[in-house]
Amino acid sequence: MNENGMNTQDKKEEMAAEESTVAESQDTPVTETVSTFRLVATLAIAGALAGLLIVLVNQHTKPIIDKYKAEQLQLAVYEVLPGVERYNTFYLVNDALSLNLPDGAKESEYKRIYVGYDSANKVSGVAISRGESGFQDIVQVIFGFDPVNGKLSGMKILDSKETPGLGDKIFKDLDFVNQFFAGPETPLVAVKAGAGKGKPNEIDTITGATISSKVVINIINNGLKEWRPVIDQGIPQAPAVSADEEVSP
Amino acid sequence: MRKTTSSQDFIRGIWNENPVLIQMLGLCPALAVTNSVANALAMSAATFFVICCSSVLISTFKNLIPHEVRISSYILVIATFVTLADMMLQAYAPVQHKELGAFIALIVVNCMILGRQEAFSAKHNVFRSLLDAVGTGIGFTIALVMMGGFREILGEGRFLGYSLFGPNFEPWVIMVLPAGGFLTLGFILLAMGFFEQRKKAKTEQTAEVSS
Repeated sequence: MNENGMNTQDKKEEMAAEESTVAESQDTPVTETVSTFRLVATLAIAGALAGLLIVLVNQHTKPIIDKYKAEQLQLAVYEVLPGVERYNTFYLVNDALSLNLPDGAKESEYKRIYVGYDSANKVSGVAISRGESGFQDIVQVIFGFDPVNGKLSGMKILDSKETPGLGDKIFKDLDFVNQFFAGPETPLVAVKAGAGKGKPNEIDTITGATISSKVVINIINNGLKEWRPVIDQGIPQAPAVSADEEVSP
Repeated sequence: MRKTTSSQDFIRGIWNENPVLIQMLGLCPALAVTNSVANALAMSAATFFVICCSSVLISTFKNLIPHEVRISSYILVIATFVTLADMMLQAYAPVQHKELGAFIALIVVNCMILGRQEAFSAKHNVFRSLLDAVGTGIGFTIALVMMGGFREILGEGRFLGYSLFGPNFEPWVIMVLPAGGFLTLGFILLAMGFFEQRKKAKTEQTAEVSS
């Protein structure tokens, strides 16, 4: 009981003491001016050391982070392209698909698609990753489709900050997700759950997450609109087995 | 000046001056990332790491830092450790890192950490600064896990991912939404205020009786 009283007293005393030290230290610079050089030097040295430390740790963690991201992407590609043996990454260079980038080009600046091959080394599916504004933030979706008949083969949400409990059903509600794996025809049409007419391109939206569900459908439709003309020009022949992507699921 | 003992330095941050529940500092992460216990733990761990390292470093070099640039130096030190924590979380706990998103980087501007540096580490020796930092870190963890537990149990019917109530439980979705954070914090503070007041009344009563 008494302890409580003592502690508040403690606090007060400490606060008073802190105030007095602050007041004292504020007075000292007047008598003993610190040179500007020392101020700059202190911050410069501290900044340099901080930078060094960050670089060291970054060198250690960056490979791990990159490896994890690559693994996640690889898993996602195999998930949306069922039955694919291996895949190649094609970049959009000068409006045409190319396996290689121009010399000195930055990989991250180029749009890309992932072309999957079956065991007979024939193109069996194309995966596209695309992001658009959702209800909260960019929703990043990867989806796979058959370039011959345009049917979807799968869809996976790579990144989303949609409302927990409502919008996040776009990846937590398996009834919704499985519709994309059931091979719907494209372009997709969003219908209210249960109000569809049974057409092969209808996707039931989620009750309570209509905007988020429509975002997913729009991303797929827009992605197809953008890429179909390029893909229809023909996918260049790729070497039978490319060294870095022969890993199977 | 009445010196506080080492054990008081340690206990103070945990209970009497709990950063979130009493000092009302660091409320941004406390509201934003406590929608599950796992997120609360990851956030607390990152903050714990940052506050301990910063306190030790700043109390070590307190005599070398000119008074005029002390705040800039503190922020520099804190920002460095936050960046390190960010990169390490991304490498070793990528799932949690994705959930926490920008809030890891925002540890830099958590007043709780800067406050401890200015009010304590800059005036005390390394050992006591570390004790103070550990205490504050534990206090922060307790507050966050308490909120995270409350919100996850009511909002999803789970604790640390384990289902508690079976399939018939209808989750209170609002508890995992931002509004749930404010509600939870409000109720916790209400409860603490209630007990504090009762304790005070009792102390006064016993004081009257004894006199």
